[in-house]
Amino acid sequence: MARIDVKKTYKLYIGGAFPRSESGRTYLVNDAKGALMANASQASRKDARDAVVAARKAFGGWSGRTAYNRGQVVYRIAEVLEGRRDQFVAELRASEGVSASKANTAVDAAIDRLVWYAGWADKITQVVGTANPVAGPYFNISSPEPTGVVAVVAPRGPLLGLVSVVAPIITTGNTCVVIASEPHPLTAITLGEVMATSDLPGGVVNVLTGSAAEVAPWLASHMDVNGLDLTGVEDPALATSLEEAAADNLKRVRRAPLVEVDWLATPGTDRMTDWLETKTVWHPIGI
Amino acid sequence: MVKVPDTSTPFFEYAPAPESRSIVDIKPSYGLFIDGEFVDGHGKSFKTISPSTEEVLAEVAEADEADVDLAVKAARRAYTRVWSRMPGSERAKYLFRIARLIQERGRELAVLESIDNGKPIKESRDVDIPTVAAHFFYYAGWADKLEHAGLGANPQAHGVAGQVIPWNFPLLMLAWKVAPALAAGNTVVLKPAETTPLTALLFAEICQQADLPPGVVNIVTGAGATGQAIVSHPDVDKVAFTGSTEVGKAIARAVAGTRKKVTLELGGKAANIVFDDAPVDQAVEGIVNGIFFNQGHVCCAGSRLLVQENVADEVMERLKRRMATLRVGDPLDKNTDVGAINSAEQLAKIRELSDIGEQEVAGAGERWSPACDLPSQGFWFPPTVFTGVTQAHRIAREEVFGPVLSVLTFRTPAEAVEKANNTPYGLSAGVWTDKGSRILWMANHLRAGVVWANTFNKFDPTSPFGGYKESGYGREGGLPGLAAYLKGADA
Repeated sequence: MARIDVKKTYKLYIGGAFPRSESGRTYLVNDAKGALMANASQASRKDARDAVVAARKAFGGWSGRTAYNRGQVVYRIAEVLEGRRDQFVAELRASEGVSASKANTAVDAAIDRLVWYAGWADKITQVVGTANPVAGPYFNISSPEPTGVVAVVAPRGPLLGLVSVVAPIITTGNTCVVIASEPHPLTAITLGEVMATSDLPGGVVNVLTGSAAEVAPWLASHMDVNGLDLTGVEDPALATSLEEAAADNLKRVRRAPLVEVDWLATPGTDRMTDWLETKTVWHPIGI
Repeated sequence: MVKVPDTSTPFFEYAPAPESRSIVDIKPSYGLFIDGEFVDGHGKSFKTISPSTEEVLAEVAEADEADVDLAVKAARRAYTRVWSRMPGSERAKYLFRIARLIQERGRELAVLESIDNGKPIKESRDVDIPTVAAHFFYYAGWADKLEHAGLGANPQAHGVAGQVIPWNFPLLMLAWKVAPALAAGNTVVLKPAETTPLTALLFAEICQQADLPPGVVNIVTGAGATGQAIVSHPDVDKVAFTGSTEVGKAIARAVAGTRKKVTLELGGKAANIVFDDAPVDQAVEGIVNGIFFNQGHVCCAGSRLLVQENVADEVMERLKRRMATLRVGDPLDKNTDVGAINSAEQLAKIRELSDIGEQEVAGAGERWSPACDLPSQGFWFPPTVFTGVTQAHRIAREEVFGPVLSVLTFRTPAEAVEKANNTPYGLSAGVWTDKGSRILWMANHLRAGVVWANTFNKFDPTSPFGGYKESGYGREGGLPGLAAYLKGADA
C-alpha cells in the first residue's frame, strides 16, 4: 500500500514564528494544472499590523548589527537555500508549471542573488557615502543609514522575484513586511522557513499571504512604516492610491516598474539606495 | 555657579550703523522671467513689502496656469534644443560665470535680501550670499564630470525641473535648487516665495548678464496656486520643494501615479543636546546660534534644547545672560543680531504657539524674553525661551519657525536619544560634549539627516543636507544633491 504523505499547512511568517491568520481565513491555491496544492492563509489588516510591530521591534537590533554580520546572515540564507534547492525546484514546477530547467535556473539565480547582496553589506557605505571637503575647519562625513520598516508588494516570480526585492532591503539594515505573490504564495512561506533557520532575527522579514489589494492599503497608510515598494503592483489605479496613502507620513516610495523586470539580470544598487537615508555629521577641528 | 546679571539693561549701547540702501535699485514693478525675458503675466499682481518697516517695495506679477505653461514650454524648448546638447564643459562655464556675477554683485544682493526678507545684513552679507556663490562654484565643476558621479558612464538629466522655494533663505534656496539642476543638464522653472521674490528676480537679471541661453532658467512669481501649477504640470519631470511638511505631503499626493521624481526638504523640530561635560560657553553660543539665527526661520533650527539635568540651572543662567546681549532691530544695521519676522502671517503663528506654550508651562516653568525695545513699525518677536516644557506640549512638538526655544532636561544619553527622536521630524540634531566616543554614539542613534556635534547651523555646498521621516526625502548639497537631478540606474 502506498504511504500516505504528510502535507504541510502553510501559514504566515511574522516575528520569526508561523502563525495562522488571526482572521481564520484561508484561500485555495491550485497548481498549474488546477489541482489543489494547499489552503494558504489569507492575511488580514490585523495580521499586517502585527507584522509591522514585529518589523519595528526587530529594526533596532538588525540595523545595529555590524555590516559584516548582516552580510554573513544574508550569505547564510543562501547556504540554507542551496541545501533545500530540490524542494524549491519541485515547488516552482508544481505551482508555476515550468520545466525542470527553468525551475533550476530560477533557484540558482535566487541563491546567487543572495550571495551577491551579502557581499554588498559592507561595501554600499563606501560606494554611496562621502567625505565632504567643507570650506572651514570641520570634519564632515556622510554615511547611508537604513530607512526603517519597508512594506513590499512582491512581484509574481514566487522565488527569484521575492528574493530580489527582499535581499536589498535587509542587507542595508532595514526590516520589512512582504505581501507575497497572490497566485504563488506557498514558495514565499517555504522561503520563510529558510530564513527562520538562517540566523536571521525574527521580525526582520515578515511574510503575509493573501490579497495585495486588500492588505497593501493598510500598510501604505500605516504611520509606523517608512518605505513602500510597489514592485509587484500590476494595477495602476491601486498603485496610485497606495502612493497617495503613503504621503500621509512621507514614506519613501518605489513605484511599480514600467516594463516587466528581467529578474535574471544582475541588478544595480538602486534597490539598496532606495531604502537608505544620508546622515551627515559635522565636528569642528581644533586643538 | 554664575551670578545672574541684571538683564534689564543692555551691556553696551551701540550707535546705529546702517548699511547703505543706495546700492540697490528696486523697480516699482516686476514681470515674470520667461524664455530669457521679463514679460507681463496674465494674472493679477501682488505687493512685496519690507517686513521691518511694512513699506511696499514693489508690485510683482502673479503667474497663473497659462504663465506657468509658457515657462514650462520655454524650459522644455531650451532643454531639447540647447541645454541637453551642450557639452558639460560649456554648461560649467555658464555656471562659473553666474557664480562670479553673484560675487561681484554680492553686496547688492545682500542688501536687497535683508530689505525684502528682514534678516540682518550681517547674515545676508556673511552667510547667505557667499554660500550662494559657493554653491554655483561647486556645482559648476560637476557639469563636465557627471560620469564620475557613480551613476554610470553617461548619466542623463531628468529634463525640466519644477522648483518651489521658501522665504527664509530666498537666494540661498534658489542656489540649492538651480545650481545642481543646471549642472546635471536640466532646465528649470522656479517659483520664489511670495513674500521674498526680489533677489530671485535680480538673479534673473544675472542670468541675462551671463548670457545664459533663454529658457534655461525661468522665474515665475506667485503664491501657492502658482506652485501647484508647476508641480502638477504634466511636462515637468522633476519636482524639488523646500517648505512646510503639510505642503510637502500635498505634493507627494499630487505626483502619485506619475513618473515625476521628487525631492522634499521640509520641516523640523531639532533637538540640541547639551551634556554636563560640554564647554558651557561654547554650548550657549551654539544654542543661541541654533535657534536665534535668522530669527529662528530655519527648518533645521535647534528649537528643542535638551540639557542634562545637573547642569540645567547653570546653562539656563548663562543662556539668559547671552540672550540679553542680542540686538534686535533694523536688518540693515551692521550690529543687528536678530531681524524682523518675515510676515504678519508668520508673526501671528509664532504669537499663537507662544501663547499656547505659556499656558502649557504654567506652574512648571516660565516664558522668558530679555528686555528689548522692538520697533513700532514692522513685524517683530523677541528671542523667547520656555522652561518646564514636556514632550507632550505643542511648543515641543510643533515647528514654530520663529525665535522660540523650548527647554527640556534628561539624565542619561539613552534618555536624550529617546526624547530627541520622539518627533515625526528628522532633519537635524546637535550634540555638545567633550567625549568623542559619546559624540559618535549619539550621532549613530539620532534619526536625523544632519548631526552637528559641538557646532550648529553650518552649511556647505559639498555637504549633503536633508531629512529623515516627515522632514522629507532626497538630499541637497554634495554628491547626493547632484544625483537628485540625474536619472539613476533604475531609469
